[in-house]
Amino acid sequence: MSDDHVYLSLAEGHDDSDARWAFGTGFEDPLHGVDTAVPDGVDARELAARCLALADDALVEAQRLAEWCTRAPELEEEVALANIGLDLLGQARLLYARVGQVDGTGRDEDAYAYFRDAEDFRNVRLAELPNGDFAFSIVRLLVLSCWRLALFGRLASAAPDPVLAAVAAKGVNELAYHRQFAADWTLRLGDGTDESHRRMTAALREIAPYVGELLAVEPGFGIDAGSVRDEVTEVLGQVLDAAGLSLPADGAQPLGGSGREGDHTAHLAPLLAELQSVARALPEATW
Amino acid sequence: MNDGPHLPEAIDNPLGGARTPAVNSSYHIPNERSVGKLVAMTTTDSVPPAGAAPSAAAEAGPAGPDLQAHFDATIARDQRIEPRDWMPDGYRKTLIRQIAQHAHSEIIGMQPEGEWITRAPSLRRKAILFAKVQDEAGHGLYLYSAAETLGADRADLTERLIEGRQKYSSIFNYPTPSFADVGVIGWFVDGAAICNQVPLCRSSYGPYARAMVRICKEESFHQRQGYELLMTMMRGTDAQRAMVQDAVDRWWWPSLMMFGPPDGDSPNSAASMAWKIKRHSNDELRQRFVDMTVPQAEKLGVTLPDPELRWNEERGRHDFGTPDWSELQRVIRGDGPCNAQRVERRRAAHEEGAWVREAATAHAARRAARAAEAVGTEARGEVRTEKGTAA
Repeated sequence: MSDDHVYLSLAEGHDDSDARWAFGTGFEDPLHGVDTAVPDGVDARELAARCLALADDALVEAQRLAEWCTRAPELEEEVALANIGLDLLGQARLLYARVGQVDGTGRDEDAYAYFRDAEDFRNVRLAELPNGDFAFSIVRLLVLSCWRLALFGRLASAAPDPVLAAVAAKGVNELAYHRQFAADWTLRLGDGTDESHRRMTAALREIAPYVGELLAVEPGFGIDAGSVRDEVTEVLGQVLDAAGLSLPADGAQPLGGSGREGDHTAHLAPLLAELQSVARALPEATW
Repeated sequence: MNDGPHLPEAIDNPLGGARTPAVNSSYHIPNERSVGKLVAMTTTDSVPPAGAAPSAAAEAGPAGPDLQAHFDATIARDQRIEPRDWMPDGYRKTLIRQIAQHAHSEIIGMQPEGEWITRAPSLRRKAILFAKVQDEAGHGLYLYSAAETLGADRADLTERLIEGRQKYSSIFNYPTPSFADVGVIGWFVDGAAICNQVPLCRSSYGPYARAMVRICKEESFHQRQGYELLMTMMRGTDAQRAMVQDAVDRWWWPSLMMFGPPDGDSPNSAASMAWKIKRHSNDELRQRFVDMTVPQAEKLGVTLPDPELRWNEERGRHDFGTPDWSELQRVIRGDGPCNAQRVERRRAAHEEGAWVREAATAHAARRAARAAEAVGTEARGEVRTEKGTAA
């Protein structure tokens, strides 16, 4: 690399005469090369609905994580939270792409993310709650990653759709890291100072009512909901116990309604308004 | 033109990698400031010794002429100074100042574009931008680590930033009112950054030079992504083309100022070049940036807002107008459009995160104490067993 011709040096290895100007930086078809035909015997409507809900969970949580950007308590956490947000954003994109193939509309990922309203989103309500403090965001991440990892681990082998199974298999490694990150911080904060312990206790109290809704989600595809529930409960119990914390018992009762049915808190609409603002202001534009 | 080897071979561990003992073992003599101690810095930041070229007579001081001679010879041979090597105080202070400012710029530089992550108009653009801003946090971490090899401390440098005692690049004090700004920052600001930084891959200080290798690779990726966004927008609607031109108009002159004041007004440049911390003058780098950017602007179909900009056949380079240096001075002084907002955000994040850092520290201490206690208990247990056995 010669520092006298910076751009030429950057273009090394590119034969295209336009190489010094710009390179493609994206992959238009994230499922390129994957057989996307829906296998016989798979209920396309059910598959689309379940992929959509899992995509919505991931997108909404990624949006909340993006809000942490430039606000994290330390640079290492800045990098980690962005990493987790990017993983979830990636999961959402793959799942939306799958929905577009399966639901018969042929819509692309952006149609689902930017041109649906809050009542059409199917994410669990835990994902849409505002970030609160770092304790709240860590507890939310712990609960959601425990649940999603338990589910994706099963979908990777049990999902009758090869695309969903592949997305889940890819996600397992990511989610294992998310859960580890959240568990590490749960230990530090639970066992840290009086203030951090108090904040974690408050966060758990606030989150508890939403855990029931999450655990009540039917995984579908013949996956035993009870086994998912048991794994989540056991892992959460281990982590919280080690941190000297516990989930308040009254959280076992689900709130009325479910995000999976389109019931949302008042927090989702403003989140989406921000997410969709530019795309909707210039609907004819290409990005 | 290739003027010699530029990149260090080892890039896997940019902050590691001691030189071969044969080269420098004879003067691995740590002095009192070389490792692990916070180096005293004045609030006005250090200025290298007058007369630019550091001479043995002026700099050797109590360290003695041999150490200075070794240092000078290492620089003259174009070899690297490493953390454990003796180095003149002025060299150390200049490096800490430059690396800290660079680190601060990466961290503050997350803000102008970071504001658009939650609003990026497609999921692909969202992922690209999120990853870019994350890279900047990584660059900041990297550079603070490089500064720590000189005896600085990250927490202390952060305090200096939020108290306004250390600077960051003034370019980040300009606002980002439209999504086109994301593209233009990538094209201009990252483009200017790599013009500045590719030569720094050959900087005389090893950890800084190695950090710059990875940073430059990522910056160049960001630059291409920015330009690609602008290409896409220029192929879009009239409204999008107008957004791009507007952003170009706003960012062009501030980008030219990123290279610093004209050579005649740059007090620190001469010494930095003599020490080979820096390889090219501000004006030379600015000229390179203009020459590289003009044809890209033509290709893109935007106009650069400088009526004096034209090709000079005789020089084989572009002539261009003079930036408003009084504006640069104003922004550096703190009167830019977003200075207060940028520092305030950084301060708020730091202060609101204090309880988290305290908790982590307390937990680590408690865990260490528990581990020590466990070892102690085990040891006592063994002693009892031995006694019991003996009895």
